[in-house]
This record gives sequence, C-alpha cells and structure tokens, in this order.
Amino acid sequence: MTPDQIIILLSGTLGIIFTYWFFFAGKDTVLEAAGPKVNIKVDGGYKPSVIKLIKDKPVELSILRSDPSDCLEEIVLPVWNIKKFLPLNKEINIKINPDKKGIFPFHCGMNMFHGKIIVED
Amino acid sequence: MKSDNIQLQQKLTLEIEGMHCASCVKLVERALKKVPGVTKASVNLATNKAYIDSDKEIDINIAKNEVNSVGYAIKDTSRHSENNSEMDQDPSLAEMEKARQKMWLSWGFSLPVAIWMILEMLVSPWPNMYLFNLGILILSVVPIFFPGFATLNTGFKALKNRTANMDTLIALGTTVAFITGPLSLLTDQINNYAGVGAMIMSFHLTGRFVEANARGRASQAIKRLLELGAKTARVLQNGQEIEIQVENLKVNDIMIVKPGEKIPTDGKIIEGQSSIDESMATGESLPVTKKKGDTVIGATVNFNGLLKIKVTKIGEDTFLSQVIKLVEQAQGSRIPIQEFADKVTSVFVPVILMLAIFTFTLWLAFPDKLSQFSAIFSFFLPWTKNIAVISPLSRAIFATIAVLVIACPCALGLATPTALMVASGLGAENGILIRKGEALQTMKDVKAVVLDKTGTITKGKPDVTDVLLAKTAQILSEGSLLQLAASAESGSEHPLARAIVEKAKKDGLSLQKVTAFKAVSGGGIKAEVSGKKIVIGTDKLLQEENVNLKEFDSNKVEQLETEGKTVVHLSIDSVYRGSIALADTIKDDSQQALSELKKMGFSVFMLTGDNLKTARAIAEKVGIYAENVLAKVMPDQKVAKVKELQKKYKVAFVGDGINDAPALTQADVGIAMGTGTDIAIEAGDIILVRGELSLLVSAIRLSKAAYNKIVQNLFWAFFYNIVAIPLAFLGLLHPVIAEAAMASSSITVVTNANLLRRTVIKT
Repeated sequence: MTPDQIIILLSGTLGIIFTYWFFFAGKDTVLEAAGPKVNIKVDGGYKPSVIKLIKDKPVELSILRSDPSDCLEEIVLPVWNIKKFLPLNKEINIKINPDKKGIFPFHCGMNMFHGKIIVED
Repeated sequence: MKSDNIQLQQKLTLEIEGMHCASCVKLVERALKKVPGVTKASVNLATNKAYIDSDKEIDINIAKNEVNSVGYAIKDTSRHSENNSEMDQDPSLAEMEKARQKMWLSWGFSLPVAIWMILEMLVSPWPNMYLFNLGILILSVVPIFFPGFATLNTGFKALKNRTANMDTLIALGTTVAFITGPLSLLTDQINNYAGVGAMIMSFHLTGRFVEANARGRASQAIKRLLELGAKTARVLQNGQEIEIQVENLKVNDIMIVKPGEKIPTDGKIIEGQSSIDESMATGESLPVTKKKGDTVIGATVNFNGLLKIKVTKIGEDTFLSQVIKLVEQAQGSRIPIQEFADKVTSVFVPVILMLAIFTFTLWLAFPDKLSQFSAIFSFFLPWTKNIAVISPLSRAIFATIAVLVIACPCALGLATPTALMVASGLGAENGILIRKGEALQTMKDVKAVVLDKTGTITKGKPDVTDVLLAKTAQILSEGSLLQLAASAESGSEHPLARAIVEKAKKDGLSLQKVTAFKAVSGGGIKAEVSGKKIVIGTDKLLQEENVNLKEFDSNKVEQLETEGKTVVHLSIDSVYRGSIALADTIKDDSQQALSELKKMGFSVFMLTGDNLKTARAIAEKVGIYAENVLAKVMPDQKVAKVKELQKKYKVAFVGDGINDAPALTQADVGIAMGTGTDIAIEAGDIILVRGELSLLVSAIRLSKAAYNKIVQNLFWAFFYNIVAIPLAFLGLLHPVIAEAAMASSSITVVTNANLLRRTVIKT
C-alpha cells in the first residue's frame, strides 16, 4: 500500500467516525413542560426534540410546521395511537395524557425525523 | 349569519401581496391587528399569507384599507371559516400544483442537458469541451437551485439539526454533482457531473410529485368522510324555519330535512317517515326505512319523506366524527411487523452517509481494482466502460453520488402506513372500522372464531315463529288471530308486542282500532278491539282474568317452550283462542357467512347462555358442529371460555361491544358488532358497523389482504435497497438511473398499497 492510499483510508475512517458521532452522539434540545401547553416547531426536525412531561399531567402539544418539505407533513405518536397531518404554517393541537412513566418516541410519517417524550414523576 | 351575542372564534386566511422581507411581515401584522375584532394576526412571508383570529366577523374592507396604508395589498378575500379545524385537513391542492410546476420547470432545463450529454457520449463534445462543460453547468443551475431549493433547504436544515432524511441524500448528491461543474472548467482531472445533478433533481421532483399523488389517493377515503357532512341545517325556531351552519346546531334543536337532502347531524325522528340512504355511514347499500322514534345518522341522505328530526348528537360526538376518529387512530397505530423496518429507517440515512464516505474512500484508494471489476459488466452497462478512462477522483465521485441517491428509505417508511391507510379507508367505506392496526397481523394466525349467539348469530330480538290455534277455534284463521293480537298490542312498547305487530305488518295485515288498552306489568295486556275483549299474556294472566282454558293445549305449549321459545296466549271475550310463540331468530346471512368462515379454514364456535338443546338446535341450522357449541355459559364465564380455547388456538371473538367487552379484550382479535349508531365502543380491535355476519367475513378478508400487502411492500422495499446499494457501491449504476430507480421504488410501494382497493371483500 502506498502512503497515498494509507492517508486516504485513514481520512475516510475518520470521516465515518465523525458521521457516526455527528448523528448518534449529538445532544438533543430538551424542554421540560412548565405549563399545560408545549410548543413544537417543525423545521428541518422537531424543536425541541425531547420533551419532558410529568406523569398524569395532561398537556397540549401545539405543533407548527414551517418546513414546506412533505417529509415532515405528518407526525406520529405511536404510544397514543396518534397520527396527524400538519398543514403548513398552521398550528395543530394534540392533547395527550402521560399516564405512564417512560420514554416514548415520536417521529415523522416515514420515521426519519425523531423526537421523544420522557414522562417522569 | 348573525352572531351579535355569541362569542365566535373565527379564523381567516388572507393572501398578502407585495411583501419581500421580514420587516414587511411585522408591518402587515401590526396593520391587521388594528382591524376591529382581530385578536391575533400572524403573517407568513414564504406563503404570503396572513392568518387571523378574531372574536367576531371582521370587515374585510377595513382590513384592506389598513394593509394598503402600510404599502401592501390583500389579494384574495376568499375566506374559510375554520370553526371546525379538527376536521379540516389541508387538501393541499395548491401545493400539488406547485409541485407539478416545479417538476416541469426542472425538466425544461434537464431535458436539453440530457440530450446534449448523450450527444457528447455518442459523438464528441460540441462545440468544444470547455463550452460544453460551461453550457451544461449554466443549464443545471436552474433545476438544482430553483425547483430544487426546497429539497436542498430541508436537507441541509436537517443536517444543522444533526438529523438526516431523504432530502439530505438528494441535497448532498446534487450539490456534489454540481460542484464538479465549475471544477471541471479548471482541471481536466474532474468530469463534469453538474448535468447529472440536474437530472437527479428532476427525477426526484417527479418521483415526489407522483408519490404525493398516489398518497393522496391512499388517503382519499378519509378525505371523503371529512367532506361527507352537510354544511347547513334547517331548524325550527319559534315556528319558523331558518337555515344555520351545522356547527351552530345544538342538542334538542328540531331539524327539518326535505327529500333528497342530507341529514345534518345525528338525531331522532319525531315526525315523518322515509327511506334513508345510509351507505356512506354503514356501507349498507339498500336504503333503510325509518319512522318516528328511529335514530338517524348525520350525513346520510333522506330519500323520499319529509322528516322532523330532534338533534341528539353534535360535533365530536356524532357517528361520522367517531368514524373519522377511529380511522385516524388506526392509522396512527402500530403493527408489529413494522418494528424492524422502523428500526432500519431511523438509522438509515446516517448509515448511507457513512457508506457514501466508505465508497468514496475505497474508489479513491483502489481505483484500478474496482474499475477492473465494474468493467466486466461494460457489455451491457455502457457507462462502466467509460469509468476506466476517467480520473480516479471522478470515478469516486460517480460511485458516491450513485450510492447517495439510490438509497430509498421512503419505500421502507411508506410500506406499512400506506397499506394501513388504504385498508382502514376501504374498511370504513364498507362498515368495517379497524381500531388497531395490530389486528391485521394477528388475524393471519387466528384459527378459531368464537361467536356469541344472541345478537351476533341471531337477531337478538324476538320474532314470531309459530301461531297456535285452539282446537275448536276454526272460525279463526292464523292470520286473523295475528291481526287481532297485533291490533291489541299496537299500543305496547314491549319487545314481544313489537315483534307481533311487526309480523302482522310484514304479512300485510291491517291493524284495527284499539280502545281501553291496559298493560299488566309482567303479565301482558288487556284491550278492546272492535268491541271484543282481548287478553294477551301469560297463562297466569289468563287464569287471573277467569278465561275459559278448556282448549289450552299444554303439551304443545310445553314443546314450544323446550325449543327455547316464549309463548303468549290470547283470549277473546274470556275464551282461550290460541297462542303465539316467539323466539330469537337467526339473521338472514348467518348461515352463509358461517359456512364461508369454515371454507376459509376457521374452527367456528358458538357461545351462549341457553341450554344445550336449544343451543344445538340453532347451531345445527347455521352449520356449527355440535361439539363446538358452548352452552350455559353465563356472561361472566365468557372470558374463561375464551381463555380455555386460547390454549389451543389463536382466537377471534365476535360479540356485541357492551356486554362482551371483557371477552373481546381477552381474545387475540376482538371483533365488536355495533348496532346502528353506537360505535364509540372501547373494546374490540375491529368494529363492524352493521350487525351482519357477512361483514365479519369481509373484515377477515380485508385484514388478510391488507397484511399481505404490507408484507409485499416491506419485502420489496428491503429487497430493493439490499440489491441496489451494493450495485451503486461497485460503480455499476449510473447516478441518473439510480435516482430514477429510487423514485420509482417508493412509487411502487404506494401504488401497490392502492391496489388493495381492488380487493373484493364483499361476499
């Protein structure tokens, strides 16, 4: 193997490691629900993508999609059997009652954009 | 609509002209807030729309003036009141039109690019290499950066949020391809792939457009449901008919519905009689006759009679709203088979990005070995011949772009939800409501179907089965006995009385006038019909009334009673004249449906509280094997019986949603039979809107067909990616072909799901 090849392979490996770190070890934006309403912005992902809720305190998720991509046009909260169409630039309200503790993921219609709801005591 | 004293939350959307920056947004918002009644105004620059909340009707002219005064204009005054925003799904027709325009604009530039590039491949670059590269580069700017802007934007914005999706792959693929354009002008080490980028974007936009269309078709059923409801209602207020919006109806309002009109909301008929087309709600294709006291469903069509209807349910409580809610819930529910696909899609794009780096690195490090390999296929893949003569860097870029654009997470992501969406829509149209998607998967393993007898196999209400005449009462025919009994009973609400009246009507017997009607609690009735004193009831009542029972045939009566029938006796002027036997009868389609179930390979069981003899008599009539009859099962033992059967089989339980709720929950698949308007049943995985067993057969067929579609779709999506990605990695796929394949694979999945609509589920 020539030195060129070794350098190329090494940089490639670093690139792959970086990509892994970039996507899987990143920090999420966490929001603890203070009031009965949680605002979620949908713009190239969910902001915030992690929402902490308190058990048995129902909240209303107020979701506003401002990203025109149809990738984000649906939100799915599987634990609550909810799948909602999000019209562009129109707030959609979803009421949920976090009646059990745990981590409950939510995602877009095709499961590529993710977020989670953490229910604690 | 006058609403002086009612606080009405109104929403209004206006189109604003002339905005071009963020400060314009603020100006317009401020102007709109000055309009009396406006409580909130938010303006979106991207869509040129203003969204206004108000607590009363706002004067559009004032709004126009206000907006004009700050230098902008309101374009459109079309408003849509959105009091019912829950039900308002964006039809996104405008978005579709935009997508179509983008697609054609993109092709307008990509097609010349394609032709020019093919000429270069076949003949030589025209007019020369430099101008060819420059020309392609210039033409490619439009498809990639104008129609493709939204894709690039979402793709890169996702990266900013440390996540990635389909758009990220396309965005990276096209930008990498585009960058080779300017570079190719500087060095001949790099091939110009800008044109390839333009074509990828065009295919991507085409794919998206076609796929969105197909998905629109998949969700058609629920959209149709949403559009079903009537917009206005005619109500009676202070003796006058006035027309109001359906949203403003209140419970106990009296609606007037003329022939040919839609019934605005759920209610009870208080005057009139008509045939009603309920097909949109229950899937029942024949019109149903309804009269005073019957309940009607909102959005069904009144055929021929004028009806006065009292409103019983409004808004979210109506039948139609419940159906929509159930269908939406089903579409949001999970199917176990999907879990693996979900795990894959959730990491799919990042993994592909890593694979792209891997591809690039290997092609750069070992260009000759890899191109030797791909050259083997040059006979039928012409572009692989080319690959050996271009620079290693270009070869690496070529394969990397192909890897980026071939990967198709969409097909995986769409496979299950689209099939579920089509299935639940198709079900709803036929009166089958799937509450949990999981039931579709469980159904394929179900071997035993357990049916509750009363109300499921049988009608659950009595019918006249026999008419017994006293020996010497030959002057009286069965018909005239029935006529007399029905006339006397016509004032009674007792189920047995109603059954007798119904039978008489069915036989075309006219009812005579009744006087001095009196109901004897727990015994029967006394009445006078055409001057004759009639007593109908138990033998005890007749004895109490000192009726001459000389001709009472206790043997025959006893025999009828052992068959599980209820027998009532009739006397005319204190002489016993005959008896009428009533029993719960089998539904018209039960026998056929059950034999269909057996043909499908299910073991069919019947569960009942009746004694074994009566139960077996019914079972025999509908073709259930005697050993599969579970008799004398008290309501609280049903769960235990289901559990017992579950030791041997996966069990589907069919029963009514109220009394059988625990058994429905215990069974692997619970199928609740609704009666009429009550579908707000919490138990059961599948709800049958009509109490017909043939609908059960349809539901099972639908479940199986839907599950098959899901399996097919998932198989195709996995197969496609598993085969195509390695091909791209090896440089065997031209990026443009890769993109075309990618786009068509998600279209295939959605189209295949749509084909489910062709399944014949009716028996």
